[in-house]
Amino acid sequence: MKKTLILIAWLAPLAAQADKARMPTDAPPAFQSECGSCHVAFPPGLMSAEDWRQVMQRLDEHYGDNASLDEPTRRTIEAFLVRTAGPLLKLGAGAPARAGEPPRLTRTRWFQREHREVAAADWNHPKVKSPANCAACHTRAAQGSYRESEIVLPSGRRWED
Amino acid sequence: MKRIVFVIACASSLSASAATPAELLAQYQAEATKASSGFVPSAQRGGAFYVRHFSANAKMPACTSCHTDRPVQPGRHVVTDKPIKPLSPVANPERFTDPAKVEKWFKRNCTEVTGRECTPAEKADVIAFLLDGGGQ
Repeated sequence: MKKTLILIAWLAPLAAQADKARMPTDAPPAFQSECGSCHVAFPPGLMSAEDWRQVMQRLDEHYGDNASLDEPTRRTIEAFLVRTAGPLLKLGAGAPARAGEPPRLTRTRWFQREHREVAAADWNHPKVKSPANCAACHTRAAQGSYRESEIVLPSGRRWED
Repeated sequence: MKRIVFVIACASSLSASAATPAELLAQYQAEATKASSGFVPSAQRGGAFYVRHFSANAKMPACTSCHTDRPVQPGRHVVTDKPIKPLSPVANPERFTDPAKVEKWFKRNCTEVTGRECTPAEKADVIAFLLDGGGQ
């Protein structure tokens, strides 16, 4: 019995990590309203706790925008992101494209590997604009869902076809 | 008496968090009048401000960059492509009903587009323009 419990305890985090793009159900309301207005509210599991901390500590230089928040809101969102962040070892760091920028979730080893079959023509499609525009292909990204069966490329082709 | 005071306190706290676009317009007008007596909001001036191209941000030079030339229509964020609901309260009754939200986005978007915060007069003019069915 004890052994079974230990096994479950050991496997549980693995199962939780299986779907990094899943949106935690206990996100504070401020997360959606503050982080989901200009872009999709990204699933926290896509980046490590340390990377999220860096993003949240430099909101005044948020990839070209000033996304500053009042301190209580900033702290609430940072705590949520850090608590639900993904594992650095599996994701890799979100190494920024330009020196001095905060980390980018599109620059982790995990993101790059997951998207390795996406053709340059799709990335560069005028509808896409940015690799962080999840909803360009993940048709239910706004609802926090990233299933393969829901992917439609900007050309109109379904990923699974 | 105590009860009446309580009811008034509740009512006034409600009005602090919910408003109509016309009430917000009146508030900005009152603020603008302090700086320039006799200020009257102008939908026409608001419309000109709405389409004006500023040089602070090459990616989003004007309100229209994300909210389109016709604010009764949905827009798209010019950098992220995220859909944006219509800005005009004529088309989207949720707009300009939450004073804190309105202030937050005026501050953010004015700074991003014009390189500075908007004046109360500019805010009043833009709301007047949007209420006038701006760009319909």
